[in-house]
Amino acid sequence: MNLVGENLSYKLTEELQLRKISFNFEKGKLYTILGRTLSGKTTLLKTIAGLLMPDSGSMRFEDKNFLEIPVWKRNIAMVYQQFINYPHLNVFENIAFPLKQRGLDIKKINDEVFKSLKLVGLEGYEKRKIQELSGGQQQRVSVARSLVKNAKILLLDEPLVNLDYKLREQLREEFKNIFVNGLSKESIVIFSTTDPREAMELNGEVIVLDEGRVLQVGAAKEIFENPKDLKVAAISNDPPMNILKADLGSNKIKFEDIEIDIPNHLSKLTNKNFNFGIRASDIELNDNGFEFEVELAEISGSETLLHLTRGNLKIITSIEEVMDFKIRDKVKINFKSNRAYAFDEVGNLASSPFRGGNV
Amino acid sequence: MGKLYTFLKYFFITVWTVFVVAPFLWALTTSFKDFNSVNGGVTYIPWVDFEPNLEGWRVLIKSPAQGGVDIVEPYFNSLFVTCTASLVSIILGTLSAYALSRYTFKAGPIKNNDITFFFISQRIMPPIVLSIPFFLFLGAVNLLDSLFGLIVVYIVLLMPIAVWIMVDFFNKVPREIDETALIDGCNPYQAFYKVVLPNSIPGLIVAGMFCIIFGWIDFFFAFILTFTEVQLLPVKIVALNSSITPWWSLSASALVSVAPLIVVAFIVERYLSKGNLSGAIK
Repeated sequence: MNLVGENLSYKLTEELQLRKISFNFEKGKLYTILGRTLSGKTTLLKTIAGLLMPDSGSMRFEDKNFLEIPVWKRNIAMVYQQFINYPHLNVFENIAFPLKQRGLDIKKINDEVFKSLKLVGLEGYEKRKIQELSGGQQQRVSVARSLVKNAKILLLDEPLVNLDYKLREQLREEFKNIFVNGLSKESIVIFSTTDPREAMELNGEVIVLDEGRVLQVGAAKEIFENPKDLKVAAISNDPPMNILKADLGSNKIKFEDIEIDIPNHLSKLTNKNFNFGIRASDIELNDNGFEFEVELAEISGSETLLHLTRGNLKIITSIEEVMDFKIRDKVKINFKSNRAYAFDEVGNLASSPFRGGNV
Repeated sequence: MGKLYTFLKYFFITVWTVFVVAPFLWALTTSFKDFNSVNGGVTYIPWVDFEPNLEGWRVLIKSPAQGGVDIVEPYFNSLFVTCTASLVSIILGTLSAYALSRYTFKAGPIKNNDITFFFISQRIMPPIVLSIPFFLFLGAVNLLDSLFGLIVVYIVLLMPIAVWIMVDFFNKVPREIDETALIDGCNPYQAFYKVVLPNSIPGLIVAGMFCIIFGWIDFFFAFILTFTEVQLLPVKIVALNSSITPWWSLSASALVSVAPLIVVAFIVERYLSKGNLSGAIK
C-alpha cells in the first residue's frame, strides 16, 4: 500500500539528476526532502507526479506499477515553488477546477471549495481574480486547489521559498496545522525545501538529498542530532556547521594554536586527526575565550551572524541578539565543546553529543 | 525642456496624422466627384469647390449590364476566402505551434527550431518564386480559377504566420500551467483547450489579425491563379482601370476595401489592451 520507489535514475544532464533513488513512503505521514538547489528535489517530485519518466527504476503504489499510470490518473496534487494558478479563472473556479474535472455535482463542489478556502484562510476571496491577489494569497489558492482534491499523494515543491520572511513563518505554521487537521490519514505528504529550519519545524521524516543521491533518512530530530557525515551536517544546518581540522592530543583537542579540553562524549575518540564540528549557535561570546577578528557581521532577524578569523581559522557564529560589530573588531569566544561533533578523516560522523563514542 | 518636448511630440504626431489621414480624405472627396470635377483642376471642399454626386458609389453595386462594375461578388469572394483561410490557418497553426513549443521532435538532424524555420521560410521566399509551382499544382488538380484553390494557397501562405506568432506565445506561457492541468486530471488535449488556449487569446487575436490582413491585401496570387470565373476584390479594383480611369468609383471601391481592416484594427485594439498573462506565474 505504500509508495515504493526503487533505483529511480536519470541519465545525467544539467537539470535532471537522480542516481538510484529508492524510498518507501507510508500513508498518513509527512516527508521532507531537504537538499540544496539542483540536488534533484524537483526531479524526484516530478517523477512521483508522473511529469517526468525516469530512465530506469521502478515505482509502485497500491499494488500498481505507478510508472505506467499517466499523470492525469494518478490522483496526486502538487504545489509549485512559483505560484501556479489558472490566470483565466477566478479563485473559486481555480479551486473547483480539479473537482469539475472529476465530474462531481455542483453542490458537492461548492461545499468542498468553501471548506478548503476556509482551511487556507481565504474566505470571501472566491470571486477575486488571481491577478488581484498578493503572492502569498496566490500561493494559498494553489494550496487550496491541491487540498480540495483529497489526493492520495500531496507534493509541495519549496512552496514557501518565494514568499517574504514574515509570510513564510506564518504559512509554515499554518501548513503544519493543515497537515495535521486537513488531510486524511490516507495521504502521503512530501514537502521539499532547502531550508533546514523548515525541515526541523515540520518535524516529519527527513530525506537528505544531494547531487541526486539520498544521503540520510531519518526523523528530523535524528538528522539534526546525528548528521551522518560532513555533507549532511552542511545541508542540515544554516549557517553551515563549522568544521575545523583538529588533532586529538593526550587530554586536549588542538586546532591551529587553540587547545580545548576534551569533552566527555569525545573521550573515546580513537582517531588522532579528525574534523571538529560545531554549530554556529554553539559558539558563545566569553571574555576569557579565544580572540578572533571580525571579518563580517550580518544581522538577520533577531540574531547576529559573525564571520570570524584567527590565523587560518575561519568560523561563523550566531548570537541570539542584535549587536553592533565593526569589521576588524576583536571578539573573544568560547566553544561549547560539550555540544561538538567529531567526523573522521573521510567525513563520517564519529561522535556526537547525543551519541557518545563511536557511532 | 518639458514644454519643448511636449510641443515637439504633438507636432510630430500631428504631421504624421495628416500624412496618414490625408490620402483617405482625398479618396473620400474624389469618390463624390464626377469627370469634370476631377479633371477641372484641384478641388477640395464639396458644395464649395465642386458639386458632389453619388455616381462613383452607385456603379459599384450595379451589374455590368446596367453600366456598373459590380464589386459585390468579388467583395464577398474576398471575405469568404480570407476568413476561411485565416480560420483554418489559425486552427492548424495553433495546434502545430503548441506541439512545437511543448514537445521535442527529432528526425535526424532536424529539430523543433528547424521545423519552425521551415514554416517561416515559406514567407521569406519572394512570392514570385512560389507562383509558378502554385500555378502548376492548382492546374494539375484542376483548382485554377476556383475559390477552393485560392483558399488552399492562402492557407499555405497564412499558416506560417500563425505558427510563428503562436510558437513564440506558447513559449511564454509557463509549462507549469500545463503540468498543473495534467495533475488536476486533464489529459493533454484537455490541458490544451481548457487551460492553455483560454490563456492564449491575446496571441490568437494577434495571429488572426495578421492572417486576415495578409490574406485580404493579397493581389499577386489572386491575380495569377484566377481568370474569369472567380475574382477577388483587389484584382477587381485594379481591373477598373480601363481606357478612361474612373477615379470616383476607384476611390469609392478603395475605401470599401479598407473598411474591414479598420473594423479588425478597432476590435484588436480593444482586446489587446484587456488581455494579459500577469498572475499566471510570479
